[in-house]
Amino acid sequence: MARPAKILVFGATSAIAFGTAKLFARDGASLYLCARDEEDLKALSADLTVRGAKEVGYSVFNALDKGSIIRAVDDCLKKFPELDGLLIAYGTLPDQGLCETDIEEMRRAVEINFTSPAIILTYIAGHFEKKKQGVIAVISSVAGDRGRQSNYVYGAAKGALTTFLSGLRQRLGKSGVNVITVKPGFVDTPMTAGFKKGLLFVGPDVIAKGIYRAVKTGKSIAYVPWFWRIIMMIIRNIPEKIFIKIKL
Amino acid sequence: MGMLAPGSVGKVGPAIESVGSSVLPRGLGRSYGDSCLNENGYLLSTKWLDKFYGFDPGTGLLKCESGVSLDEILKLFVPRGWFLSVTPGTKFVTVGGAIANDVHGKSHHSTGSFGNSLKQFELLRSDGERFICSRDLNPGLFRATVGGLGLTGVILWAEFALRRIDGPYIEMEAVKFNDIEEFFQLSEESVHGYEHTVSWVDCLSGPGARGIFMRGNNSARQEPDESRRAHGPSRKTMPFDAPPFLLSGPSIRLFNFLHFNLQRKKVHRSCIHYDPFFYPLDGILHWNRLYGKRGFLQWQCAIPKTGKKRALTLILQEVVRGEAGPFLTTLKEFGDKPAEGLLSFPIPGITLALDFPNTGEKLFSFLDRLDRIVADFGGRIYPAKDARMAPGMFSASFSEIENFSGYVDPRLSSSFYRRVGGK
Repeated sequence: MARPAKILVFGATSAIAFGTAKLFARDGASLYLCARDEEDLKALSADLTVRGAKEVGYSVFNALDKGSIIRAVDDCLKKFPELDGLLIAYGTLPDQGLCETDIEEMRRAVEINFTSPAIILTYIAGHFEKKKQGVIAVISSVAGDRGRQSNYVYGAAKGALTTFLSGLRQRLGKSGVNVITVKPGFVDTPMTAGFKKGLLFVGPDVIAKGIYRAVKTGKSIAYVPWFWRIIMMIIRNIPEKIFIKIKL
Repeated sequence: MGMLAPGSVGKVGPAIESVGSSVLPRGLGRSYGDSCLNENGYLLSTKWLDKFYGFDPGTGLLKCESGVSLDEILKLFVPRGWFLSVTPGTKFVTVGGAIANDVHGKSHHSTGSFGNSLKQFELLRSDGERFICSRDLNPGLFRATVGGLGLTGVILWAEFALRRIDGPYIEMEAVKFNDIEEFFQLSEESVHGYEHTVSWVDCLSGPGARGIFMRGNNSARQEPDESRRAHGPSRKTMPFDAPPFLLSGPSIRLFNFLHFNLQRKKVHRSCIHYDPFFYPLDGILHWNRLYGKRGFLQWQCAIPKTGKKRALTLILQEVVRGEAGPFLTTLKEFGDKPAEGLLSFPIPGITLALDFPNTGEKLFSFLDRLDRIVADFGGRIYPAKDARMAPGMFSASFSEIENFSGYVDPRLSSSFYRRVGGK
């Protein structure tokens, strides 16, 4: 599979997105970055230029503001009409306890982790369908593979995203566009700053390399690191009768 | 010890404000002693301050955040024909750490230490004030921060010079010497013709202190398929702590004997990649495990030119007499370029580093004896490597301590600084 030459990145300031963008910058790709904070975007653009990106543009966007998403995509396509790559890498890890009682917190978690990326994908799918080539990589999570009491709101949103991507892959596959569902396990990023880092935690650069490889090899579902495929296969296959009695 | 890890430059100030106890900025934690620890306080990791700001191929000036590692810089810039002006013996240190310890390397006699390649940096104080520091702007804070062990504020970004290279290889010569007289001759004749020099010493072989003098220059050698190749990942890893017998006296003597005698010729010439030349230990992940569960201590001193031979002789005599054999001994002559920092370690003269398996109290009192020799000759101990020097030795080492302490940020501290008498 050809490497994408012009890539749009949503959630560009996330550690995983930045790690991935670095790898494509090194190959001389052009990048269009979208995130909340303009200062961060400026710093990121300068960084990726130093690393070898051909051209870098950016737009400020807010995941909860549909208008800002549409503006960002339009601006990007104006700059890069030949856009052939998309990476969606933002998300929020909500406080599960709070989500169990606070409806607004729960709704916010679902909107940021599912509705918002689904809006981007719905709006941009036509471009890729017409272009008849390219690759879309979206970061979902192993948490979406089975609802667990410790984070089922986050898990449900990511599960919905995984299902959405599965359908989109089937649709766009017919136009030669690859859709990759990226399922990272525990990653040491600012998002997980409050966690005790056990053995299963890996740095964002490991995930970035996994995404980069998945894009190059045309993979459709990428568990990163790979061993999460096995861990989640086991978790998915625990009989419900036993599952409801254990803590996970 | 809690850990703060602000996600960007703008979040550093709020992170410090969010906690009550003292904070210490920390890069990759490669300092050997407690200068990168802050017991009962917080470490502020710069791991997310990892952005490049810009590079000017006209001047070689690179501007980047303080958490960028030398490893990352080399990977990106060696293929473009650039190298660090100054590099320590490991590439797994950050730019912030390189400044805070004013690190030096094999090129000291030609380039000085890291601070000498530094143009400017931005420092964030815990009260939220930010200062651009250079030799002209806030020069006091500049001099306090270079070699300042992270105590004067958090370095947010820095701008420093890279140097042009013809390729990733080093043309090197290993020359055997039989005593320190010969070492000093080699050192003197190598000052001008060689960018890099360092010596390994077998100080247990007897009073002579034989060794191997290594010197090298960047090579113009290019290979069409791999020209300007940067280094790859570390390939070997030490999977467990070594058993104690590996570090016993006889084993160390044997290792040194073999190392000296495996080179048959007086002079051995070779052309090697920069990675094994500058960073021999980086090739083995977790190499420190070779020292077993109790770990090791490195004792590194610098001694002024006048009396360097006498001091070196006395120290080596003490080492031969002592029971704690050093596993690895490194010797180098520093150049005359004055260092930038109030607490910078390098001075015109020599530096000697001894690596000891940690044997506890016995080793500590032995090292105190070595300290006294160093103090007698007006020398100093390297804080970046130290885990045990007494407060008196620290103040004997650095005459500018009073001046320095005026620049220490009231919210920042380290285990090291408190141990040697600071706040």
